[in-house]
Amino acid sequence: MQIETPDPAMIPLPVVATAAPGINLPPRASRRQRARAVFIALLHSKTFMAGAIIMLFWILDAIFWPLIVPHDPNAQDLLSTLQRPSGAHLFGTDDLGRDVFSRVLAGARSVLTIAPAATALGLLGGITIGLVTGYYRGLVDDVLMRIVDALLAFPLVIIALLVLAVLGHSTLNVVLVIAVVFTPLIARTVRAAVLSEREREYVASARLLGEPGIVVMVREILPNIVGAIVVEATVRLGYAIFTAATLSFLGLGIQQPSPDWGLSISLGRGFLQVASWMVLFPALALATLVVSLNFVADGLREVLSS
Amino acid sequence: MSIAIATNAVDIENLTISYRRRGRLLRVINDVSLQIKAGEAYGLVGESGCGKSTVAMALMRYLPANAVVEHGKIMFDGQNLLELNQGALRRLWGRRMAMVYQDPGSALNPSMRIGDQIAEVFRYHLNLDKKAAMDASGSMLEKVQISNPEGVLRRYPHELSGGQQHRIMFAMALATDPELLVLDEPTTGLDATVEAEVLDLVEKLRADFNTSILFISHNLGIVARICEQVGVLYAGQLIEEGAANDVFASPRHPYTLGLLRCVPRLGMNKHTQRLDPIPGSLPALGATITGCVYADRCALARDRCRAEQPPLIQLGNGRSSRCFYHEEVSGMKPSPEARVEPPPPPSEEILLKLDHLIKTYRSGGQHTAAVADVSLEVRRGEVFGLVGESGSGKSSLAKCIVGLTNASGGTISFDNEDLSVSSHRNNQTLRRSLQMVFQNPDSALNPSYSIRSILERALKLLAGIHSHSDLDARSEELAASVKLESRHLDSRPTGLSGGQKQRASIARAFAGTPQLVLCDEPVSALDVSVQAAILNLLVDLQKSGVSYIFISHDLAVVRYIADWIGVMYLGILMEVGPAESVFSLPHHPYTESLLSAAATLDADRSFARVRLRGAIPSPSNPPSGCRFHTRCPLYLGDICKTQEPPWQQTASGNQYMCHIPPDELLAKELALRETGQQVAS
Repeated sequence: MQIETPDPAMIPLPVVATAAPGINLPPRASRRQRARAVFIALLHSKTFMAGAIIMLFWILDAIFWPLIVPHDPNAQDLLSTLQRPSGAHLFGTDDLGRDVFSRVLAGARSVLTIAPAATALGLLGGITIGLVTGYYRGLVDDVLMRIVDALLAFPLVIIALLVLAVLGHSTLNVVLVIAVVFTPLIARTVRAAVLSEREREYVASARLLGEPGIVVMVREILPNIVGAIVVEATVRLGYAIFTAATLSFLGLGIQQPSPDWGLSISLGRGFLQVASWMVLFPALALATLVVSLNFVADGLREVLSS
Repeated sequence: MSIAIATNAVDIENLTISYRRRGRLLRVINDVSLQIKAGEAYGLVGESGCGKSTVAMALMRYLPANAVVEHGKIMFDGQNLLELNQGALRRLWGRRMAMVYQDPGSALNPSMRIGDQIAEVFRYHLNLDKKAAMDASGSMLEKVQISNPEGVLRRYPHELSGGQQHRIMFAMALATDPELLVLDEPTTGLDATVEAEVLDLVEKLRADFNTSILFISHNLGIVARICEQVGVLYAGQLIEEGAANDVFASPRHPYTLGLLRCVPRLGMNKHTQRLDPIPGSLPALGATITGCVYADRCALARDRCRAEQPPLIQLGNGRSSRCFYHEEVSGMKPSPEARVEPPPPPSEEILLKLDHLIKTYRSGGQHTAAVADVSLEVRRGEVFGLVGESGSGKSSLAKCIVGLTNASGGTISFDNEDLSVSSHRNNQTLRRSLQMVFQNPDSALNPSYSIRSILERALKLLAGIHSHSDLDARSEELAASVKLESRHLDSRPTGLSGGQKQRASIARAFAGTPQLVLCDEPVSALDVSVQAAILNLLVDLQKSGVSYIFISHDLAVVRYIADWIGVMYLGILMEVGPAESVFSLPHHPYTESLLSAAATLDADRSFARVRLRGAIPSPSNPPSGCRFHTRCPLYLGDICKTQEPPWQQTASGNQYMCHIPPDELLAKELALRETGQQVAS
């Protein structure tokens, strides 16, 4: 015996009672009003604000570091190598006498270029595949999703090794590798969201109006899964930062003498016993950035899902 | 039922409850007092959002965390429930008071066998040992009339039908013989046949158990059948109370009258009478109203009603009403909106013709024929009503007809053109002539766009209008034609009420002056007052000569709006014919059981009830011969099992598929109405 879904009109009152704390919308909200409501709810979210402030700091730093660094991050001073943190060198100096503080500030740029670019590319691929497989199902879905599964089965490092060994260690190639690894992950999330959305009656109605598949996917479905995508994007961005650093650490990514954090951690590893600050500060910087992104993602998820 | 015990099982006094929301208190229950006598069934009715469920939850002390009881008492067994601590409550729950939820499918634990779940109640509350608890569970299942209780004890919830799951819920609730049972919309979402089964059970259990019942429902027909006493709740206030028969026969509050008038009754149809919806909508939650809460929607309202809140006036005979002018209620005329000319009669020209239509789905290597073999014709300007239980293939048929999916066999010709998904997509004339109105107004409109842009999109694609000024003008016109105010055009679907959304959805379907509109349960998600307004709208729009295929499980609604009716069972039509003829004897035994399952307010229905046995069989493995033979009350024997029945024609013009010829069928069905019992098989 099938039970019909209960009428939404009959759902008892407590819906009101349990209504989310976040978004307070007037009954007739325009797109702008809704965006504003989301914005205000985000301002009230402590998690989001903490993450956003730290992230904003790193973004500004990535852009303006040449104006704020006390020393040239690549200037060697062989007379003062491996100095511990002091007034002259806040975070100490490395084995070539470079100022660690300046290098940490300057290192944000490479990571904040690679990670967003890679995430954007991954989103583009993931959303496209997710929409097409989720909406059309059938053979397209079977074929594309098996390819996606195959990609997911490879450990990240193996793919990276293969690609970078063949194509060489350019920044562009690092971006491409991360994007390729992320595409299947994002595609899975998007596909799941599309699958539940396509069963809604407005999709059937759009088809009855004669909308072609591409319009149904992009105009009808996409706006309604934006929330899921935004959250996925922030989570992925965090992983992208981490991945870029990992690749640098393994020597597969950015090369010397860049002040990149992953690379700095890798180089400082040899001096861990004598000059722990060479590793500690770039690692802390990396950690704050990744954690701040997770905060932002959590805050967004809380607000958008309400 | 006349159990004359004067004591009150439950005494709710001046209950006032608010919900805390962003620092504000929104009042949902306002000074409600009611008494449920021992052994009495008290029905609480009203539109959704009136606070019915909040009262039930307060009574069970299940209120959500942000609910605040501002004042009032709930006396049960000499103690105030609102003051009890968790330990004391746990001793009451399950043992002295129990609740049956709306959806048994989610209230039963899917990973526990039925026997263990019921036995748990006995073991926890009555301290029985394992063996004794299991025995007690078995005998409880017998009391709720489950056949083969031993077998059912070992099954999991998903192996049972919806009706059986409900019985299990009742078995668990009644296991400890509680004094109070709370039923919150216990049959909403069920098929009429299952609903009838559940209500039969409630009636039987009342005779066996002497339990007091608080019965919450939006369906007045059900409350009239089950309850002795009824209270009408509106915007958190009890506005009328009294004996159920009295209240429904001569309401003394305009709101009660309005609720009663907007339901289509026996003998009403769109040609003879318009439905009389209640204008306006419920006041917003927490709104401060100085006068009568209903004044804005009331035809009797005067200055006094807006200035002063009416008290609950005692009318004698245990009745009370919160209306200053309760004496005038009986003389109220239908509102002026309720008089418009009836739609023109259908023409003879055939618009849609289905010929041996088949739709199969493949699942797990198995072919399931959702639509097995359907042939029918719809004439221009006609409303073809399609009824049947869920799982009978109504929606699959609808999808084939509008071109959302391709038929697996047979042909559909519409206005002399063959129809399929690709023809629907490529042929603009076809697209514009054939549209659909969906069941669920919440999901039928894309939440990302304003009503205006949804309508303009439809106008672009269906009517080929592209200039901005034309689009603007036409969408205003379209909105006006469905009585949607133009200020609603710029809001998103989430900002509109269910009725307004359904109007927008109808407007979209009419963007290209369609010839046939498929309405798939268009009013079943709406409150009765809104339902009446939408039905009136659909009838009004027929002036353009449009035809409808109107799918519904609500027979009263179909009977009101349809000219021609098809009764579907397991993917085939069992009976077709003119509406009144299908509803009058003789007709297919399946139609008879659907009719007698429907709970109505019409007191003059004196015939006994026919009940179907078991659940609808799976369409992947339909019964041989006549598909209905496994549940038929008039089962003849082997001929039904082995031979597909022929079509028979009655004098009044309906055709049905059965081995029994019309004269004999009439005699048998009259006999059935006398006894109500199934002929032994």
